Amino acid sequence: MNPVYEIIVGIVLVTGSIFALIASIGLLRLKDVYMRMHAGSKAGTLGSGLMLVALAVHAHQIDVITRAFAGVVFFLLTAPVAAHLLAKAAYEAGYRPCADTKIDEMGKGSE
Amino acid sequence: MTSLFLINILLALAWGAVTGSFAEVNLLFGFVLGAGALYIIREQVGTRGYLTRTWQVVSLALLFLYELVLSALRVAGIVLRPKIVLQPGIIAYPLTVDRDFEITMLANLITLTPGTLSVDVSDDRKTLYVHCIDVPEPQATIDDIKNGFERKILEAFR
Repeated sequence: MNPVYEIIVGIVLVTGSIFALIASIGLLRLKDVYMRMHAGSKAGTLGSGLMLVALAVHAHQIDVITRAFAGVVFFLLTAPVAAHLLAKAAYEAGYRPCADTKIDEMGKGSE
Repeated sequence: MTSLFLINILLALAWGAVTGSFAEVNLLFGFVLGAGALYIIREQVGTRGYLTRTWQVVSLALLFLYELVLSALRVAGIVLRPKIVLQPGIIAYPLTVDRDFEITMLANLITLTPGTLSVDVSDDRKTLYVHCIDVPEPQATIDDIKNGFERKILEAFR
């Protein structure tokens, strides 16, 4: 295998894992479920997407490449929907945003 | 719009037949050639709308990816700060788009952009509730979305 490809695969893979790590640090350090959703949905999506891209570059087979790209597309489509639904469910269940929260237009509307 | 897309696919297949190879790369090349041919006869068959619209959809997809990278970096910046001081909040965003799939797309785009996460849509589909991780100026965030994504979506699908 071409060493240039190897290097690209390595860099993309490590970058992806760093973003996945950041997502999990975010889950630990942020204060409430809504803020944690930011870390999970964004850094998490980018991390897993990058790792799939690394797989696509690494595999020289068209079927693996198309499947990897389909995976990326479905990540991009589903991660925001999942984050949105979790946030909505948390709000409906009565989980209020943490005390630092400055404004809550949604609470105004329902009360 | 749809029929021109089908013609473009037919042209790609014709290219495959003429060159005697239905490999993916060759078909893709045929598709690009077909788009070029449609561009040349744009005055006669009114292809202009099709091509600009395709470009707008592509640029929306690119914007989506760019914003995702930006927001992941921003989240990384926030998370790795030694002391996390933020002013989160839920803001009400007045929607201009009114069709269901446009709202869905806008909500998805908002979720993947720096510091914002869509939480809910009001029952009358006029307001989108957006959670911001750090929102010192709610109006500035609303204006950003209005001038960025919502305009792009309106351009691409109207």
